[in-house]
Amino acid sequence: MLSFIGRSVVQKTITLFFVSIVSFLIIHLAPGSPSQVDPLNPKFTPEMVERFQKEFHLDKPLYVQYIYFYQDLFTGKTVSWKDNQSVLKKIWERFLNSLPLFVVGTLITWTLSFPVGIRSAIFRGGIYDRSATFISYVLISIPGFFFAYILIIFVVTYFHVPVIGMETFGIGDAPTIYLFMDRIWHLLLPSVLGATGGIAVLSRYVRSQMLEVEGQDYIRTARAKGLSPEQVHYKHALRNAMLPFVTMFGLILPGLIGGSVIIESIFSWPGMGRMAYEAILARDYPIILTVNFVSAVLVLAGTFISDLLYLVVDPRIRL
Amino acid sequence: MNMEKKDFLKDSYIEPPLAPKQTQMQEFRRLFGQNRLAILGLFIFILFFFCAVTGLFLTSGSRPFFDPAMVRLQEKLRPPLAKPHLDSLQPEEVPALNVYLMGTDDLGRDVFARMLQGAWVSLTVGFVAVGISVLIGIFMGGIAGYFGQHYIRLDHILLTLALILAAGLIIVKFAFIGTMILLLCLAYIFYSLFARHASTKKETLVLKTMLHINAVSVDTLIMRIVDIMLCFPSFFLILTVVALLPASIYNIMIVIGLTSWMGTTRFVRAEFLSLREQDFVAAAKALGISNFRIIFRHIMPNAVAPVLVSATIGIASAILTEAGLSFLGFGVPPPHATWGNILSNGKNFIFDAPWLTFIPGITILIVVLSFNLFGEGLRDILNPKLRERH
Repeated sequence: MLSFIGRSVVQKTITLFFVSIVSFLIIHLAPGSPSQVDPLNPKFTPEMVERFQKEFHLDKPLYVQYIYFYQDLFTGKTVSWKDNQSVLKKIWERFLNSLPLFVVGTLITWTLSFPVGIRSAIFRGGIYDRSATFISYVLISIPGFFFAYILIIFVVTYFHVPVIGMETFGIGDAPTIYLFMDRIWHLLLPSVLGATGGIAVLSRYVRSQMLEVEGQDYIRTARAKGLSPEQVHYKHALRNAMLPFVTMFGLILPGLIGGSVIIESIFSWPGMGRMAYEAILARDYPIILTVNFVSAVLVLAGTFISDLLYLVVDPRIRL
Repeated sequence: MNMEKKDFLKDSYIEPPLAPKQTQMQEFRRLFGQNRLAILGLFIFILFFFCAVTGLFLTSGSRPFFDPAMVRLQEKLRPPLAKPHLDSLQPEEVPALNVYLMGTDDLGRDVFARMLQGAWVSLTVGFVAVGISVLIGIFMGGIAGYFGQHYIRLDHILLTLALILAAGLIIVKFAFIGTMILLLCLAYIFYSLFARHASTKKETLVLKTMLHINAVSVDTLIMRIVDIMLCFPSFFLILTVVALLPASIYNIMIVIGLTSWMGTTRFVRAEFLSLREQDFVAAAKALGISNFRIIFRHIMPNAVAPVLVSATIGIASAILTEAGLSFLGFGVPPPHATWGNILSNGKNFIFDAPWLTFIPGITILIVVLSFNLFGEGLRDILNPKLRERH
């Protein structure tokens, strides 16, 4: 157990090191440089460009830049090239905005896909199963931005509520309950959209897991003993089918920072994805690299946690 | 007693093993015929392919039959199936078939012509991107699965690093040092190729064993590369690279291809690991067939099923990714129409001209859905657990 933890920490550190090199190279070897973002601006004289390059070590060779950048990152001194603000602070602010979207989206995904998947598995081949399958394919295939516009039109015309942004502009001193409902309405659509793909994929997965377990001998034994169908399905089958999903809790961790670029830009939601998108447009390398690095850390931590959870949950696995 | 034994033998007579009564293809067709959604998917896919190819011919050239770039400002935002106002148009501006089949956009361009042009873009993006990712995936997965237990020697790794360093130095204008390193590497290659047993001095032997140490197995190396690639958030990575590179459709295809090969690699590796131990591979090896031929003629055809499934679904997601990029404004540059940028232009007129949003949106939905249904159908059919025995 301890050796497993030690080994995977070492392995993941090495992976992280290579990820940092690759992402740094991708960004810096791409054509164009950050000092050329605004070549037509008359204030951007050659002296300015030179000062800019000096300020951010852009005149040094690549490996020196690499060392400078990650030194700054680990000491928390990285600043955005656009407004000289601390990158970690900026990311933290945006992260707090994205967090409600993520939490509500994940809750919707997990609470909806289990009942749907289990019911599909129990009534396999029936009309419910087939229509759920078809609908989940439709949800996987629909382009997110198109679906977003359909939902916006639907909600705005039938419920007469504003949905763009995080809250209605200038709502300042309204009663608390009104403010609360306003926030909920604004939160609802983006998180539902974020959850659609997840619901479709996860419910299919739940269904196939349930089907696999329901075909096992011990389920037949349970039936033969004369247990009620509810007990067979929910006590014998579901508990065993749940096993892989426990580990999936680790794998949703990267979604924390992912933040959908497209959904956040449609809804003008000031979250992580939108910040990353704006950073890409402005060639603000520190922000792009930091977001990339943090998300790589979260992916690695997620797989690590899911491995550990597997160890805890499944007694058949011994390392 | 004797009779009994004879009877017993007669009863327990086992039929000699025969080849299956149906060929694999017949079996495949029978199973496919039962899967109505997969048939629907295949049908739409063929229709889409046909539309994209004819669309390419009808919308390109100097005087195309449907002109996707013809601007008619006096005819803007006409609804679908509207007749053109013939009195306000020049003769060469009149649309083909004398009707706007899918209406016009805010510049009076024929949406039907633009959709046809966009179909070809979606088709090529899907196929080329998935082609790249499948090629890389098969190559990496095949090597990892087949040669996985081989070890890479330390000197090979150092050599590769030195070669990359030399190439980098030559590119970054340190031509002299770069060439020196390159020559050193070449000298080492020649030395290890020809003068393998030349020197038996003690100190060179120590150095040699140091260099010939087994550093890492091929399998570990490739799987670690896969892990590294999986650490990147894929849409964000694609967006970054596409935004930094000059806008062109080829860049999009290549970037989508280069960021989506990891799944295929894993499937192919898993298949190779089990197939490598089978008797027919041992027989092929005993016959002295080369490794290359064993991989591509003997193992690959048996491992192709999961690749096919993931490729079909990969095409669907590549089309979606391209549409998403076009929507964000990083897709194919403007005069060329794609479904994503028709939709992203149309969203500004969503209440005045809903067809500009709904026609491309629903088309993308249907095409992607058909690929997904077909791919999932293939997966069900190729799954040996679901096959019935006859």
